[in-house]
Amino acid sequence: MSMTSAASAAKINLLRVLGPVHVWGLGVGIVLVGEFSGWNFAVGKGGALAVLIACWLAGVLYTCVAMIDSEVTSTVAAAGGQYAQAKHIVGPLMAFNVGLYLVMAYTMLEAGNALTAGFLVQYASQLLGVTGVNYQPYAILSIAALAFLNYRGVLMTLTFNYIITAIAFLSIIVLFVAAQPWAPGVVLKHKELLTGLPYGWIGVVASLHFALWFFLGIEGTTQAAEEVRSPARALPLGTMTGMITLLIAASLTWYIAAGLMPWEYLGTVANYTPLFDAARVIGQPWLMVLLFIGTMFSALASANGCINDASRAWFSMGRDRYVPVWFGAVHPVNRTPYRSIIFLLPIALAFALKVPLDQIITFSILSGLLGYTFMSFNMVMFRNKWPLESIKRGYVHPFHPLPAFVLLLLCAVTYFAIFLGYGTQLVSMIAFYAIISLWFHFYRYQYVRRGAQFTMPWPRPKGY
Amino acid sequence: MYEFFTSMFPIPSTPSPAWFALEWAAYIISIALIAWMVIDMIRTNAAYSEDVLQSSREGEIDDKL
Repeated sequence: MSMTSAASAAKINLLRVLGPVHVWGLGVGIVLVGEFSGWNFAVGKGGALAVLIACWLAGVLYTCVAMIDSEVTSTVAAAGGQYAQAKHIVGPLMAFNVGLYLVMAYTMLEAGNALTAGFLVQYASQLLGVTGVNYQPYAILSIAALAFLNYRGVLMTLTFNYIITAIAFLSIIVLFVAAQPWAPGVVLKHKELLTGLPYGWIGVVASLHFALWFFLGIEGTTQAAEEVRSPARALPLGTMTGMITLLIAASLTWYIAAGLMPWEYLGTVANYTPLFDAARVIGQPWLMVLLFIGTMFSALASANGCINDASRAWFSMGRDRYVPVWFGAVHPVNRTPYRSIIFLLPIALAFALKVPLDQIITFSILSGLLGYTFMSFNMVMFRNKWPLESIKRGYVHPFHPLPAFVLLLLCAVTYFAIFLGYGTQLVSMIAFYAIISLWFHFYRYQYVRRGAQFTMPWPRPKGY
Repeated sequence: MYEFFTSMFPIPSTPSPAWFALEWAAYIISIALIAWMVIDMIRTNAAYSEDVLQSSREGEIDDKL
């Protein structure tokens, strides 16, 4: 029997095989690399204490994101996450933009993670006394191998992610214990190293830019909506426990690094591996090996999750014909969006091999931030159009509309923070989305599945 | 053109034989994996109709709240 005839009557969907632990692994896996590398750029903007304040503010921002996402996604159980939310709640133009934010944010983050993995190997070779080792082959291998894993199946991909993320998280806990927090002054020297706010309160605002790195990507859990066995339970559970994990990891990371290294060193852009460096300061070889493994695993877990999320967002847009429908195909054996995975692979490679790491991070943060701004409007519109009694939610977040307003306020402050350091990138990114929106409105929208794209069995919105 | 290419894909030149071999291995494995995916995609595209491959529709909540 030919493969064509065997599958002719069949409908090929993504597989519902994931549970809450996979959602946790996806969300925390994407983010945890920020604790191992990247957050410390914020220290250069305002000092160590400023970063602690910025870390808390970013924590509040992302707690709002996690709560809002959990409520909306427990109802919009579709691949594409916030893209699908925007489509159903706001409209096609917003959905197109949000879909692009997601694809850009995750693809650039994937490139940044592959670069980090490559730099780590190069760094290890230098520590072993070997010169002339290139980072590029290892960055390319990271992207290729993880894309292959994603191509082959989601269960294997996210089980792998869960395991390496858990190991990376445990390495932070071990480092914390090794730093003897019960004996201040013995290993950790907070009293000597914390020198107030060297640039004042404006430094706190400026450091908010890279402080997002502590939590950036937790919203990626929603991309698994179409592949979890029980979206109404697994998505809120995985997202909220993931957020709690990250709040613990971020606090421990700051506490360890700020107590071991002066802020002038910690904040240099050349310092890619603050937690590995913390292990080097403590000086135990086994701890250095563990933190090297933790850093590498966190980078790979993040790249892996990003491939998963970017491909789901692109696939969903293809399925609705926001981009060519060719991308809306599912592999009949592996049940993965295989064309989207392959299409995004060379784009990630190009970013990894040609764009500096801090630029990649900034563009990724900007795309993410635009998405968070959308979420605050989205939540208010969702509750107004479909009040609590009209649709049964798997999770209802408390204190509405306070989280939406707090999220919007913190997004505004972060835009200002980014403008202080990367104003050109901010303006060019917004100009890019404005131009591409015009293209979508005047050209691409004619191809979109108008009615068929709205699949949720919801009642008519209030007031319509 | 050559310089642009080698800036993205530098030819291994480290004096350490082990690291030299590792760099080539990373390149070769990457090419093999990407080639495998592309070949599989072409074969899959040829073996199934577009109607089947694009038959997926956006998910519905099918679990009990």
